[in-house]
Amino acid sequence: MSFNLKYKPYGEYAILIEWPSKIQEDILYDILKFKHKIIAENIDGILELKSAYNSLLVVCDKEISDLKSIGDRLKTIYTKEEVKDAGVDSVTWIIPVCYDFSFGLDLKQLSEEKNITVEEIIKKHSETIYTVYFVGFLPGFLYLGGLDDILHTPRKAMPRMQIEKGAVAIGGKQTGIYPVQSPGGWNIIGNTPVSFFDPQKETPCFAKAGDKIVFKPITLKAYGDIKILADAGVYQIEIENGHD
Amino acid sequence: MLGFIKLKSKTGMIKVIKPGFYSTIQDLGRYAYQDFGVPYAGVMDQLSAQLANHILGNNLNDAVLEITMKGPELEFLSPTLICVSGAQMNPMLNKTPVHMNKMISVEKGTILSFGKLESGVRCYLSVRGGFQTELIMRSRSMYSGITKQITISKGDELEIGEVNRFLADKNAHVKVNAHHISEHVIEAYEGPEFSKLSKEAQHILKAQEFTISNDNSRMAYQLKELLQNDLDAILTTPVLPGTVQLTPSGKLIVLMRDCQTTGGYPRVLQLSSQAINVLSQKLTGTKIKFKIVSIEF
Repeated sequence: MSFNLKYKPYGEYAILIEWPSKIQEDILYDILKFKHKIIAENIDGILELKSAYNSLLVVCDKEISDLKSIGDRLKTIYTKEEVKDAGVDSVTWIIPVCYDFSFGLDLKQLSEEKNITVEEIIKKHSETIYTVYFVGFLPGFLYLGGLDDILHTPRKAMPRMQIEKGAVAIGGKQTGIYPVQSPGGWNIIGNTPVSFFDPQKETPCFAKAGDKIVFKPITLKAYGDIKILADAGVYQIEIENGHD
Repeated sequence: MLGFIKLKSKTGMIKVIKPGFYSTIQDLGRYAYQDFGVPYAGVMDQLSAQLANHILGNNLNDAVLEITMKGPELEFLSPTLICVSGAQMNPMLNKTPVHMNKMISVEKGTILSFGKLESGVRCYLSVRGGFQTELIMRSRSMYSGITKQITISKGDELEIGEVNRFLADKNAHVKVNAHHISEHVIEAYEGPEFSKLSKEAQHILKAQEFTISNDNSRMAYQLKELLQNDLDAILTTPVLPGTVQLTPSGKLIVLMRDCQTTGGYPRVLQLSSQAINVLSQKLTGTKIKFKIVSIEF
């Protein structure tokens, strides 16, 4: 499927490519496919590609003399047939989450507001397969799509000054994991011992746009056990078995 | 024999006696990690930092010390060559004033200090071979959560690069146009959402003077004057240093080098790369004016 894309200069060294303003998987995969095609062309002067829900920013280096000719080249690449092996590989990561009240600070309030049990909240949250749209906001923060409508919850009127690393939270129509300790206004329902960002690694965040995330409820005891391994950098995140 | 061993030694050291108000090690930033949510960081005023490196014959990406508002006091534990560029903060070696934008040879035990800030905000110290502090994701730029240190602090011993003494004879006094330190015109391109602004708002943005609020940092500069608008929020989208965001309440936020990788506010302007350097040298309360430029596309 092809979309009608908009190409705009973004300052003197970048080109913004826009898809229709919607959060949709077909748009995400079209962006990723285009990204792979551009990478495969290995164009001189392109420094990096960054994508979000419905946009791709092509950042060029300061040596380029003609942004327009790069723009024209990108337009041609988009319409080109897909390159072999340039498909998008998607990994499904199983993320252990402890929904104990000691972590899930807002679980009780959510349960009262929505008039559903805490168990139901946990079930709804952990039976969905979420799609990683992109990583942004903070290093290792995943923008996930797919949160069940019933769990949509406005951000808190008073943001917390400090949210713990690993906090699993709901903000508006989104759910996410705080990769580092930070202030924030999302409703906290649990915590994962898994680290989403490690600056010492060549690939500092294991998940990427196009991957899937599943949350698996774990006990407080299991949390402690995994945490020890994760903090030592030896915890192997489970991957859902696909075909081999 | 001892002298021979010294010549072979590749690195030197600088000791931090006082760190100054906010001094960080920066190079040109951390590229190609934006898709992990990692900010670029890097020197705020690339022009001054690159000049300081150029004068010493360094690579333009070598790490320098970015000094903000109030200078540090540093002791050279080994001889090296230095250059100070950017904001005028009256640099002194052993309390004797030294020139800016000039290669200076310093002996072991020399103390570098700074006086009153006269112009600009950020001053750059380059050393021959560059600072050799922690390299993370191909950059030494300090950033919270990425590098262990966020600023230099008292007692630090900062490793510096190899000294090539032969270069000291080269007359590397470069004629400098420090115009960008005093410049008040901020060149900008129309941002992706500029055309959604009312004609009146577009006109105000082009014609009115704006004041830099006290909420300004390496992450963003907020402007004092509000720009009334009825723009809708946009789906979270990529942003860059130099992106001017407009909030529903009318606040204009100019993103700087430490900015997040994505944002959800409409992007009304995009500063030229030179304009980011210019803005980096502006103090709270300074009046600026946008000049809208366009690019052939």
